[in-house]
Amino acid sequence: MNQSISAPRSQEQILSSNKVLKNTYLLLSATLFFSAVMAAVSIFLQVSPMFYLGSVIGAMVLGMFVLPRTANSASGIGVIFLITGLLGFGLGAILQMYLALPKGPQIVGTALAGTGIIFLGLSGYALTTRKNFNFMGGFLFAGMIALAVAIIANLFLAMPALSMAISAAMILVMSGFILWDTSRIARGEETNYIMATYGIYLSIFNIFISLLNLLGIMSED
Amino acid sequence: MELALKIGVAIILVMMIWRLYPAAREQMRNGPKGTGKEWQSVALVLLAVAAFVVFLIFSVRG
Repeated sequence: MNQSISAPRSQEQILSSNKVLKNTYLLLSATLFFSAVMAAVSIFLQVSPMFYLGSVIGAMVLGMFVLPRTANSASGIGVIFLITGLLGFGLGAILQMYLALPKGPQIVGTALAGTGIIFLGLSGYALTTRKNFNFMGGFLFAGMIALAVAIIANLFLAMPALSMAISAAMILVMSGFILWDTSRIARGEETNYIMATYGIYLSIFNIFISLLNLLGIMSED
Repeated sequence: MELALKIGVAIILVMMIWRLYPAAREQMRNGPKGTGKEWQSVALVLLAVAAFVVFLIFSVRG
């Protein structure tokens, strides 16, 4: 059976999915801006790079246990700002390290621009083609599990080659998630804009961190 | 302190795997399967992303 073929949607369903899409992009813009502000505060305060790991722990706990329970209420908006603020604050600690490198500002600027172009290109592709990317689900979830295992191993092994391989694979898996998430919102399969924002935000955040890592390592001769 | 944080991240990632595994297994067994053409179009998009990343690396190396 061809999974791309589906029943035509009613005007009401189309309007509803457009509303979720609009709310998702509005909330995504606000959370990205808030993260950038928190990152700037973190750089200004010269927070220790170790804070990054602490912020990841806090954000993942909130994302796994608190956000799914609050996503259907107004408090979900507060939780998602808390998560993205924490990640932004932790990111600032990492950015300080990169900015101190000889080509630091260029690396950070290139990673930022690259992440923006990848996100806009993939979202634009998913929205204009309106293709169904649901068939990627198994591949993406299995890829995410394999990446999580590799990240756990490299937390203790600290191998630069493995770190590069993880970053490269992470960019591809997160790119797949942007296609998958955007297509699910556009096709009306994701109806909660807070959870949709969280998924896309994490993809953007992971692509940015992975690009920073790759560019940081590869910029050295 | 750093080791404690690394262990904390590892524990959180194990919990993430534990939560993701049933969804991944369900998607692999009963999820929609893509046609060769669908996978080809996704592979082309991801290849374009990879080529763009290589371009960014070369632009930073100068």
